[in-house]
Amino acid sequence: MSQTQTKPRRSLGAKALIAAPYLWLLVFFLAPFLIVLKISLSEVAVAMPPYVPTFDLASGWSAFVEKLSDLSFENYIWLTEDDLYWKSYISSVVIAGISTFITLLVGYPIAYGMARSPKAWRPTLLMLIILPFWTSFLIRVYAWIGILKNEGLLNQLLLWVGVIDQPLVILNTNTAVYIGIVYSYLPFLVLPLYASLEKLDDSLLEAAEDLGCPSWKAFWKITFPLSIPGMIAGCFLVFIPAVGEFVIPDLLGGSNTLMIGKTLWVEFFSNRDWPVSSAVAVLLLLLLVIPIVLFQNYQQKMQEKQA
Amino acid sequence: MAKKAIGPVRRTFTPWEDSTATPFIEFQNVTKRFGDFTAVDNLSLKIYEREFFALLGGSGCGKTTMMRMLAGFETPTEGSILIDGQDMHGVPPYKRPANMMFQSYALFPHMSVEANIAFGLKQDRMSKADIAARVTEMLRLTKLEAFGKRKPHQLSGGQRQRVALARALAKKPKVLLLDEPLGALDRKLREETQFELMNIQEELKTTFLIVTHDQEEAMTVADRIAVMDAGKIMQCATPSEIYETPNSKFVADFIGDINLIEARVVSKSEDGTIMDAPRIGCRIDSSQTTTVSVGDTVWYAMRPEKVRIELGETETPEINQVGAEVWDIAYLGDVSIFHSRVGEAEETSLRSTIANVTRLVERPLTWEDRVTLSWGRDAGVILSK
Repeated sequence: MSQTQTKPRRSLGAKALIAAPYLWLLVFFLAPFLIVLKISLSEVAVAMPPYVPTFDLASGWSAFVEKLSDLSFENYIWLTEDDLYWKSYISSVVIAGISTFITLLVGYPIAYGMARSPKAWRPTLLMLIILPFWTSFLIRVYAWIGILKNEGLLNQLLLWVGVIDQPLVILNTNTAVYIGIVYSYLPFLVLPLYASLEKLDDSLLEAAEDLGCPSWKAFWKITFPLSIPGMIAGCFLVFIPAVGEFVIPDLLGGSNTLMIGKTLWVEFFSNRDWPVSSAVAVLLLLLLVIPIVLFQNYQQKMQEKQA
Repeated sequence: MAKKAIGPVRRTFTPWEDSTATPFIEFQNVTKRFGDFTAVDNLSLKIYEREFFALLGGSGCGKTTMMRMLAGFETPTEGSILIDGQDMHGVPPYKRPANMMFQSYALFPHMSVEANIAFGLKQDRMSKADIAARVTEMLRLTKLEAFGKRKPHQLSGGQRQRVALARALAKKPKVLLLDEPLGALDRKLREETQFELMNIQEELKTTFLIVTHDQEEAMTVADRIAVMDAGKIMQCATPSEIYETPNSKFVADFIGDINLIEARVVSKSEDGTIMDAPRIGCRIDSSQTTTVSVGDTVWYAMRPEKVRIELGETETPEINQVGAEVWDIAYLGDVSIFHSRVGEAEETSLRSTIANVTRLVERPLTWEDRVTLSWGRDAGVILSK
């Protein structure tokens, strides 16, 4: 039900308050983005910085306009010609998608268990979910190397128990990347999901049971559909950063793990091709804008529904 | 019109007076404890088929626990509950022949009104056509025909309440449990809905059990009321019996407005009881016979509307008559309540009401008027506890 509402008039103070975050975004997001965009349209050069043209304010307006014509979309065309980039993009999306799904499978029971636990326990459980954030992300991913490597903790344990007699090769495979992403991004899924499960009214489940629905069935008929908004929010929060993830595939993945974040890093630091890596970054951003916009639309719809 | 045909039947509907009648719901010495707290205390109760029964009491009196035990959400610590002769011990809520209307309504927010009503029917694996027919019937009964496709959040409070009722009734339960069903409605809608509930109950002839803290609501809808306090039933009787002959100070005070006068029994005979009430400075003659012995202290409970108030003070206090001074007047529109101070030494006041039968231009009685309060021999009841 869309209703046209007259917007309330805002005072100057209120406008300033709203302007502050926009200004922040303008300076710290839009300006760097424009710089990256500009570099992506430049040409690689053996120089410092390693691209031409470079703008400087000293040479005046006419020089600026002249140099503007040196910019081209060549790098973007290059990205379409070499299939490495397309493969990286697609592989990133696939890895992020699979990881998100696994995170959901792991995270749902955790969030559900938390929401059903006695009220007194909940702050502690929430704390445990947030606790990993207190250690550096990088160090936590490094720690997984120690767990997953051939002579690592996991293999030692499995060999000792006798489940396997040859160490499992997990490190430097896509499996390790999945484990890394699921582990790192689990809190981002659990928290919104917990929030939506926790506010679920218990009397709904009682009503379902009262109407002849055993409790396991009531879960699928009531709890699950009502937790979809939390699930979607959580999945987006995992999927979006996972697509551009660099640290996890670099440390845990193998040489054949293709992810766009890693490709970008190689272009930037190994090949020292700033323009191409900038083009990759811009395309990555555009690629991610689609799910972000979808997510925003969805959230807005949910809010309107609640209002 | 249906009302007229059923009216006389209702009046003669008194299965609780028939000692041979089998109760439909039976609580047998039921106790429910939560940790140290005893919510329901060794309570026995019989409810008959087609009865509209109310559990009335303040918060924490155990009435909701009673209902939740009946629905199967709580298990009695001791004692047993029978529905239609069947012991409900170990029977899960989804297998009980009772459906509940929740205080919060508990409508499924992601389902339309129709889907909400059909929910219980689908659990029974009813055929699609039968479900559709039953849903339509329920929508008609609750006057919701135009709202079947809407979601609960698109409905008003009164409409939601009716959806909750329709959903609970859809499965044709043997017992309908109503947990504070009208609490969230405004006064006008509540009154309307009370009568609607009664009509629906008459039409369906289902046993209704209502839990409420609102005595007016209980008195309007119920055939019988059980007044509860601290996990026990204080009195279980028809609304008029509870109002006119409360069996204890608690019930007398809980239901409606009442004058409670401390008195001492002076003499008693088959014809009645005579008491001395020093606080109000007169003797009380009651037609009620009592088991208390002469000299014991009792409470004489008298409803304000049973007390006559007249201008002009009697010179000498007589039996069932006392002089007083109007102290406070509460004008309620339909009636006015007078608080009159009786006696000199201590502040004791008696309440009396006058129905405002004519439009009130000038009050016949006003503040500080000297008045005479009097009452008949059948005006009150003698309470010993």
